[in-house]
Amino acid sequence: MAAVKKEHELIVSVSPHVKSEETVSRIMWTVSLSLLPAFVMGVYFFGPRALFVTALCVVSAVLSEYLFQKGLKRKITINDGSAFLTGLLLGMNLPTSLWSFNPFMIHVPIIGSFIAVVITKQLFGGIGFNIFNPALIGRAFLLITWPRAMTIWTEPTAAFVALDAKTTATPLGILKEEGVGKLMEVFGDQLNLYTQLLVGYRAGSLGETSAIALIIGAAFLLYKRYITWHIPVSFLSTAAALAWVFGGKDLGTGKMLLFAGDPVVHLLSGGILLGAFFMATDYVTCPSVRKGQIVFGIGCGALTMLIRLKGGYPEGVMFAILLMNCFAPLIDRSMKSRVFGAVKEQKK
Amino acid sequence: MNNTKGYWRLIKNGIFAENPIFRVALSLCPAVAVTSGVKNGFLMGIAVLFVQTMVNVTVSIVRKFIHPKVRIPAYMFIIATWVTVSDLSLAAFAWDIYKQMGLYIKLIVAFAIILSRAELFASKNKVTPSFFDGLGMGIGFLLALIIISFFRELLGKGSLWGFQFTEAKPLLIMVLPTGGFFAVGILMGLFNWIDIKFFGGGGASGGGH
Repeated sequence: MAAVKKEHELIVSVSPHVKSEETVSRIMWTVSLSLLPAFVMGVYFFGPRALFVTALCVVSAVLSEYLFQKGLKRKITINDGSAFLTGLLLGMNLPTSLWSFNPFMIHVPIIGSFIAVVITKQLFGGIGFNIFNPALIGRAFLLITWPRAMTIWTEPTAAFVALDAKTTATPLGILKEEGVGKLMEVFGDQLNLYTQLLVGYRAGSLGETSAIALIIGAAFLLYKRYITWHIPVSFLSTAAALAWVFGGKDLGTGKMLLFAGDPVVHLLSGGILLGAFFMATDYVTCPSVRKGQIVFGIGCGALTMLIRLKGGYPEGVMFAILLMNCFAPLIDRSMKSRVFGAVKEQKK
Repeated sequence: MNNTKGYWRLIKNGIFAENPIFRVALSLCPAVAVTSGVKNGFLMGIAVLFVQTMVNVTVSIVRKFIHPKVRIPAYMFIIATWVTVSDLSLAAFAWDIYKQMGLYIKLIVAFAIILSRAELFASKNKVTPSFFDGLGMGIGFLLALIIISFFRELLGKGSLWGFQFTEAKPLLIMVLPTGGFFAVGILMGLFNWIDIKFFGGGGASGGGH
């Protein structure tokens, strides 16, 4: 805000009279900052490759926004941080193996960033006009185009200098393919499993593993009131409830056991925390009505668990959020609060 | 009458100014469904070219006898007749191709572009212009399908006309239906851009399915 003028005059101006210090770029950079703990944990567990993959995403996202706007002679908006955030989120949703296993796979993050920034955001009119979450569309594109490269997960090492990497399955992958018994076998006892998942010592996308770091970042955003509780709480509680009710499996017969699932495992593994706090709450692609946000969150949670428990993929957060993005305008329209004093239209 | 120029303009109209897919945005369903390979796209285009031309001619011949109130069902009968003709002839003479394409050939009945040309052009014009209009529309459709399927097959399968260039599949998504929408959308945007930039047009109009 401009400094207060010494010589006061009668200022006549149009509304708004009360101005907030928040700007788009300030919000974007703060959200990026709040992702930092989770990203640092990712780099700690998966080594420098995590850093390389994410840096590649960020650089190519910013660069493709710059080149697109330059080419179309539009105002260049790379300083508002939205391309940076998109690149960061996309990078945190990729497996580190893109860097380590096959040197030819480094074009994958670049193409993903291009799809995210140019196709999903800029072609629809730039920031504020996109229908879908750019980072998630980028990731969905990559997952469908390179299904194998995108699902090679690296085992965490917690040794920053380690250059070798072992592949392994994600907890949700194990849960899907081999059941909860195998998961216990891999992680030891239940307490150990929960601790490992909370800290993030598990295979997965490089920024999604550390639940505690994500929660710290999300708490910061909630404290700053950049996000509200509506979407994350409804998203996570729906997913937890469905995991509890339908997630259980009889170890012997493999049949579904009602009310025997483990919601904690489902909440701490996969990308659900990253998705619920940082992706689903994207201002542009979620409903802006509070009631609608709760519906949106419930839809995301239900679709996530539907894909996780019944679908072909072990993880469904990405597709769930993208599908609910489609419904966001519809939810907004149908949940619009009535204008005070307006007469309800009479049905004939 | 100096009509050669007029006929040529009708054909050009179908290819450029009112290209069924890129400009009028009709019949996008086959443009996505059958364009995973150049061969399929080409054969589909040929079938549509044949049906469109014959339907236009037939509708134009009988346009005076059809009562306006029942014209749409009458057009549908004519379209269905010609689709059956192409369906059965393909089954008789090109069984191998028919096995792959049979389902889509039958679907030509429901293509919006054919009914739309019968209604908009053939029912109001004489036989010869209708013939050339159908020819132009069919060629425009054929070219659009070839362009779309060229990019989709090249990027998605690394092959062209079934001939494998490379084992690598550069962008697998392009052969999936999603890729079809990507290809159609990006090409449509490109042609709009060319139109606005170089020919002073206003971009694509209309919409359909």
